[in-house]
Amino acid sequence: MKKEFRIIADLVEKNSRVLDVGCGDGELMSFIYNNISQDIRGIEISKTNVQKCVSKGLIVIEGDAEKDLYQFTDTSFDYVILSQTLQAFLNPENVLDELLRVGKKAIVTIPNFGHWKMRLNLLFKGTMPITKTLPHKWHNTPNLHMCTIKDFFNFCDDKEIKFIKSLALSQEKVLKISKNNLGIRNFFSDLGIFLIEN
Amino acid sequence: MSKFDNIKKFIVKDKLKLDCGKTISDFPLAYETYGELNSKKDNAILVFHALTGDQFVTNINPITKKDGWWKHAVGSGKALDTNKYFIICANVLGGCMGSFGPSSLNTKTGKSYGNDFPVITINDMVNAQYFLLKHFKIEKLFCVTGGSMGGMQVLQFVSNYPDAAQTAVPIACTSNHSAQNIGLNELGRQAIMADANWQNGKYYETNSSPDKGLSVARMAAHITYLSKDALQEKFGRKLQERDDLKFSFDADFQIESYLRHQGSVFVDRFDANSYLYITRAMDYFDLNKKFEGNLSKAFEKSKTKFLIISFTSDWLYPSSENKEIVIALNSIGADVGYVEIESDKGHDSFLLDVPDFLQTLGNFLTKSYERLNEKRI
Repeated sequence: MKKEFRIIADLVEKNSRVLDVGCGDGELMSFIYNNISQDIRGIEISKTNVQKCVSKGLIVIEGDAEKDLYQFTDTSFDYVILSQTLQAFLNPENVLDELLRVGKKAIVTIPNFGHWKMRLNLLFKGTMPITKTLPHKWHNTPNLHMCTIKDFFNFCDDKEIKFIKSLALSQEKVLKISKNNLGIRNFFSDLGIFLIEN
Repeated sequence: MSKFDNIKKFIVKDKLKLDCGKTISDFPLAYETYGELNSKKDNAILVFHALTGDQFVTNINPITKKDGWWKHAVGSGKALDTNKYFIICANVLGGCMGSFGPSSLNTKTGKSYGNDFPVITINDMVNAQYFLLKHFKIEKLFCVTGGSMGGMQVLQFVSNYPDAAQTAVPIACTSNHSAQNIGLNELGRQAIMADANWQNGKYYETNSSPDKGLSVARMAAHITYLSKDALQEKFGRKLQERDDLKFSFDADFQIESYLRHQGSVFVDRFDANSYLYITRAMDYFDLNKKFEGNLSKAFEKSKTKFLIISFTSDWLYPSSENKEIVIALNSIGADVGYVEIESDKGHDSFLLDVPDFLQTLGNFLTKSYERLNEKRI
């Protein structure tokens, strides 16, 4: 399993009620189901993935996170997880608001566009950066609103969203993000992982 | 002697108060079972059939000598695996395959009920079938499932008996019959009633029956079970055993010939009055109304785990209507999964060999049954 998923799973309290938004083929959900909480649901847009989830015994609804979260009532989940998809929505702000409405807490991860390799790529090659975390070309990327760890951090700050935990994944190392080290984390980290609440 | 003498029947002795106000008792429910009920009695699946279905879900139907209507889904090694589960299906109240319906004999008059038969509802059908659980001494079913009108019965069943099923799989259905569907049903009913042989429903003793009307009803309905793409692909403008148009009203086109055939084989196995009564029951179905417009309330008391399945090309019970059920369940935090299966076969997809559908249904049941047993340990 991806290191990212282990970190996310560690943030979830035992036997809490969890919603995995954009749960893919249910890898993270299965791990949480087997180790942390059986009270977990998913929402996923791809038919193939939804069917894979059903075959794993997971409760998943086929749907679009951007349109279908409204059906869940306020704070009906302890945790709502959104892994590496915020940047792919037409309106990330609405989705983030919805996550924090439906969940008491949200776990959001973002691929970091501020990583030094990205910066060098654009600076010296003059083409849109392609890395392991962001493997798409400019014309086929699903990402509409790329952001950096710093962008996301400041954005949440402006919206007065509280950070319970902010972590950066740098190669395989997990490091804490704070206001003081934001610049350096933003330079060296592949991924930002945030446990947030309203 | 009746052709139904050798099929399984259960006489419901209890009184059943119908939605129309009348009370019935001592009435037959014809049913069939497949597989074995285990000693824990935790492996029973109650299948509800659709408008023109019957209790003979799979294998050869002993009355019609045709394949059972859900042969792709039910059988050894199939989604509803008869090696694992005990499958029960009953002919609905109002039906014509041995259960109490308009063609049943009224002992008081010595004649068939015809249109003296009480108007029945989906709720009545479900309440009648609930007696089967007592008959088999089953406290909790593993699953209730069915497509189309069968799906409506699933919803009604869970609402009426919130503790009676571990899982529920309503397929290609709705929580309330749309104006379009009521209209289409009315078209069928009017075709039957316009046939002079219908004789106000009292045709049983006359050696004639409204075959033409019933056949037209079936033809019209059959179109609604398919999709435009599937029809175009299968028939297009292909001509029926001729090289050119005949400038007449014969079946020039293959689609005409196909529909005529569907209509004519249907009248051999189905009673016109049953068609009137069952379509009426579908039209009256409105679970939302029963709960003052709040469908969630219908399922509030239930812990049943749902999987809702719809099909992309189904325009009779479109995904949007199936999703309304998902939304109602999600808003009360119920256990609900939802899958929309890609298929160009229209509403009939649930009856056909659609691998994604059958696999999803099978996987859901397998995993749910596993988890049920894990919990006990």
